[in-house]
Amino acid sequence: MPKLITQVGCPYCGSSCDDIEVIVSDDNKKILEVHNACIIGTNLFMHANDPTRPKLPRMRQADGSMKEIAYPEAIDFMAKTMLAAKKPLIYGFGSTNCEGMAAVARIAEKSGAVLDNCATICHGPSFLAMFDNGYPSCTLGEAKNRADVVVFWGCNPMHAHPRHTSRYSIFPRGYFTSKGQMQRTILSVDPRQTDTAKLADIHLMLDQGHDYELFDAFRTVLKGYDIPDVVAGIKKETIVKAVDIMKKARFCMIFFGMGCTHTDGRNHNIDAAISLTRDLNNYTKCSIMAMRGHYNIAGPGQVWSWIFGFPYCIDLSKGTHAHMNPGETSSVDLAMRDEVDCFVNIGADAGAHFPIQAVQHLKKHPFITVDPNFNMASEIADLHIPVRIAGVDEPGVVYRMDNVPIQFKAVIDGLPGVPSDEELFDMVYERMCELTNTQPVWIAAKEDRKHPANISAVNEA
Amino acid sequence: MATVTLTPTKTPELMLEANSVTPDAFAGKNAEQIATLECREGKTHVTIGDFFTVSGNAGATAAETDIVIAGDCTRVKYIGSKMTAGTVTVNGNADMYVGGWMKGGKIHIKGNVDSFCGIAMEGGEILVDGRAQNHVGCAYRGDWRGMKGGTIRIKGDAGNDIGTFMLGGTIIIEGNAFIHVSTHAEGGTVIVKGNVDGRVGGQMVKGTIYVFGEIKFMMPGFKKVDKVDLEVDGTKATFDHYIGDLGERHPKSKGKTVFADLYLKA
Ligand code: SF4
Repeated sequence: MPKLITQVGCPYCGSSCDDIEVIVSDDNKKILEVHNACIIGTNLFMHANDPTRPKLPRMRQADGSMKEIAYPEAIDFMAKTMLAAKKPLIYGFGSTNCEGMAAVARIAEKSGAVLDNCATICHGPSFLAMFDNGYPSCTLGEAKNRADVVVFWGCNPMHAHPRHTSRYSIFPRGYFTSKGQMQRTILSVDPRQTDTAKLADIHLMLDQGHDYELFDAFRTVLKGYDIPDVVAGIKKETIVKAVDIMKKARFCMIFFGMGCTHTDGRNHNIDAAISLTRDLNNYTKCSIMAMRGHYNIAGPGQVWSWIFGFPYCIDLSKGTHAHMNPGETSSVDLAMRDEVDCFVNIGADAGAHFPIQAVQHLKKHPFITVDPNFNMASEIADLHIPVRIAGVDEPGVVYRMDNVPIQFKAVIDGLPGVPSDEELFDMVYERMCELTNTQPVWIAAKEDRKHPANISAVNEA
Repeated sequence: MATVTLTPTKTPELMLEANSVTPDAFAGKNAEQIATLECREGKTHVTIGDFFTVSGNAGATAAETDIVIAGDCTRVKYIGSKMTAGTVTVNGNADMYVGGWMKGGKIHIKGNVDSFCGIAMEGGEILVDGRAQNHVGCAYRGDWRGMKGGTIRIKGDAGNDIGTFMLGGTIIIEGNAFIHVSTHAEGGTVIVKGNVDGRVGGQMVKGTIYVFGEIKFMMPGFKKVDKVDLEVDGTKATFDHYIGDLGERHPKSKGKTVFADLYLKA
């Protein structure tokens, strides 16, 4: 009898939907049906059925081909390579659980690596703005139940977070928003006419790269001063009208995306948005939230801030303290400046997402990819180690885009012999300790951790 | 005055973090001792002697020590960072953090510098004959107390984030600048002799900016109030006087609101 599993989390986009229902085969090996998820989420689950999924690590041979090797050999290679490097770079974590992120922190510290995550090419600038200006945010539940004016600034959830609008931001009926979409005024600020912009009541089609000026115009109008007739390609009347809508809202919610974080000015765009949010709170309640891309990309920010004090771009090569300064310790800058001599790509695809010059520099040195599937980074790697798929055949904690932790389930049994990220990194850490003749330090975040098998015995020894 | 000359012997494979190349670290040491001072290349501990030949002994104090680097330092970070006195001259380029957190003394880079030149600077002088990348005289990440004093003069162009969160001191860019000049500043002076792309004085509370060239995109929060004749860095000219950023908070002094001033050459 196929089994129905309810309240499953979807390990794809930052909406982290936790209402998915999955029907799995009797033997727990195959996913038969996925309900409630959007098409991306459905495909992600179905993908786990793929019989060609890698089951063994593959090492590049002298003739350029890839050969399957055993896990211990791959673990030994990874440990030795990272220890030998003067400055390894560990990048990724778009798609893994917090347990894996905590485990990787141990090997990063041991090997004096730079620890970075996908935020570096995504919402990293948002962190910098938060450092400078604070983060007056809320949860998606509050947005759903209270927000009657929703602003999408430089983001397009209809494509990037398909169920965001139906679960949290435009359509749902909440406690104070019982009429759903009818009760909400939607503003979209985007240089393109996206599908989200088409849903909006007002679309401010600004000139690309002039978000900062537009935020400043909003703030200037809010303070009661005059502005030029046209700012960033938008007429004064439109700006004044938009400000009026936001000011008169009962609860205004600003969602911003990569249109702000990765156009000129980067962190300053977010910084200005945060200032605007603060200003609006003189009149009404206003909150702001980053549209984080992946289901657990808020995770490394949480886990590593707790461990090292910084969310991303963490240079641990000093040995005594963590140093963080994006522009210097950020993955793409390190690669472009040829400042690292070993690259580990985990649960992300640097091969597809980094500038080609950065990848060319990285390829001069050992290149290791840890990923459940084949991707560009696995195909150019010297070593590809497959792991289980977090949220599909491996459970774990994830942080949704509003930094709410959610326990994700495993719906099917993992491939035999394939470890989870956490198990793999713990084995690499153990091997590193063996090679350096040091005692591993296990700080158990939870009692039922899987590796090492008997943690109390290890700690007592 | 005693001069220590460092001659580069090899290019670091990664970047050399030469926090110890300062008159303060050299003071009271002879050439041999200086060669053993520690630097970092990634996680490896290296010495100045691994990358430079050292000649000449340092003076008794930092103020009596001049450092000359006779060659290129494109891959050397932190030259003269945190120094309090003395001089450093580089006959070539230098990498990041030149004169970062500097309190006194003089740095002269005859080539270009990379980013973070003079970040969180408190005093002293930096002169760069070539270009600078981004974050000249900027605050360290997350710090709302940026550059407090001293002078930075860049003879060429500079990138973005000049004098972010600046509280005092002077930055002079003789060439063009990209975007974000004196963002969030609450004091200090920035002079740009060339053109700026935009975002001049965004979120600025107090302080002064002079621009001799054009500003391609003016911040909407700046308002023209009058025209003034001024002498700026040895040049007499008429400037349009703007105040702003009207969207930002501003303190009051003697019952009057204090704005930041932007002077754009008429
Ligand atoms: S919206 Fe995102 S989290 Fe929700 S089902 Fe689709 S891909 Fe998964």
